[in-house]
Amino acid sequence: MNAAWDWAAGVLDWAVANWSYPGEPDRGILPRLLEHMRLSYAPILLGLLVALPLGLACARWKRLYPPVLTGVNVLYAVPSIALFFLMLPYTGFSDWTAIVPLTVYTLVILLPNVVDGLRQVPEHVRQAAVAMGFGPLRRLVFVETPVAVPVIIAGLRVASVATISMVSVASLIGLGGLGRLILSEGFRRQFDAPIVVGIVLTVLLAFVTDAVLVLAQRLLTPWARRDGGVGGGRGIRARRRRRRAAAAVPAEDAAVAADLTTTAGER
Amino acid sequence: MDILCAIDTGVLCGVEQWFTDPAQWTGPAGIPVRLAEHAYYSVVALLVATAIAVPLGLLTGHTGVGGFLTTSLANFARALPTIGVLFLIVLLAGIGLVPVLCALVALAVPPILVNTHEGVRGVEPRLRDAALGMGMRGREVLFRLELPVAAPLVLIGMRTAAVQVVATATIAAYVGVGGLGRYIVDGQARQDLSMMLGGSILVVLLAVATTLLFAGLRRVLVAPGLRAEAASAR
Repeated sequence: MNAAWDWAAGVLDWAVANWSYPGEPDRGILPRLLEHMRLSYAPILLGLLVALPLGLACARWKRLYPPVLTGVNVLYAVPSIALFFLMLPYTGFSDWTAIVPLTVYTLVILLPNVVDGLRQVPEHVRQAAVAMGFGPLRRLVFVETPVAVPVIIAGLRVASVATISMVSVASLIGLGGLGRLILSEGFRRQFDAPIVVGIVLTVLLAFVTDAVLVLAQRLLTPWARRDGGVGGGRGIRARRRRRRAAAAVPAEDAAVAADLTTTAGER
Repeated sequence: MDILCAIDTGVLCGVEQWFTDPAQWTGPAGIPVRLAEHAYYSVVALLVATAIAVPLGLLTGHTGVGGFLTTSLANFARALPTIGVLFLIVLLAGIGLVPVLCALVALAVPPILVNTHEGVRGVEPRLRDAALGMGMRGREVLFRLELPVAAPLVLIGMRTAAVQVVATATIAAYVGVGGLGRYIVDGQARQDLSMMLGGSILVVLLAVATTLLFAGLRRVLVAPGLRAEAASAR
């Protein structure tokens, strides 16, 4: 037990000592962490920017969806490491070599979620919007998309975890944020501390990003907190009631959770 | 013969020459041997992972015990950077095939486990009631109802795991074993872009073949009545 503590303390010491170097902006752990954030957030945002209009189009023109989904799925079968290398002749050693393949991967998760989210908008909501005089396009943008937000964010959460862990693979072509810490500081020097620090920080980054997305969902869908028949009121009893209701959700949502593996209690 | 070289004298031509070189197709470093090595590592890792994950998923799904722990752990595992895990295991356990297989198994278990668990959990209660009403016992319910109904989801989990394993087995070449990753690693060391791209293309082909294999398995293993329903649920 003591040996394990000593080992953990050694890793922590290394992390503190190498966190950053004043005057050397590209050395230490912090620059790698920031690079990792850049290389993972850019594909997630780009993926969303592509998936939203594409998903809207697929929901609007239903014939478009099967071929688009098949195309994206075929690209997903291409292993990330191979895609990084295949990008090299075109984008060289710039960030785009990592960003473009990762964006493609996020589409596989985001696109079905956007389309499914739009499709499961309740019929009465749609009809109410029609009755209020919304045209097809305005209805899609101002009514159906906001209602689909929880499903879209569920997709974003899965995509962000997958992307953040996949960025490290790009270290094999000299990019890859924390992956570079793992490969060049750790593995090439046969030193375990950088590998452990790299793994732990990657997992932490994934969890923090996930928490931010959960928070974003709460802010974007205030109605989900107000109604639902179980919400109502503050205080311990109401909170306990809500928690019990939230705990009952996963059983109903098993099929979704199977693909998402996010904690369904949050939805 | 040199179709691509006729239209392009750059990267594509180099890759074509790499593929059409007869020396590439024989000997211990030839494409058939490397392809077989790669497939061998992947199949072994996937079989071991399936042998661990499917029984465990059936158990947690059927009894409902430890379900939250299972899905939470799998969620956590998904955030782990694969190369970090691989390099750490190799650093601690030494270079060789077994550490690499351990890392690949660790990678393949979570998707299979979660999908098996959720597949069994997702069986409609009325189906389970009907099975019990027909006089089935717990074990019969599991193997004659829950496992067949969960099969599409289990296969999706195995396909996800298999594609990931095929892709990651490439990285195994960085720690000194064979497989298609050798072309990528050695090509990088020799600054030979054609070799790297050739290796990458072979990995892509193997991954696509894996996906097709699972599409075929699905036709054989999934009951006809379940196929349409599972297709709509992706």
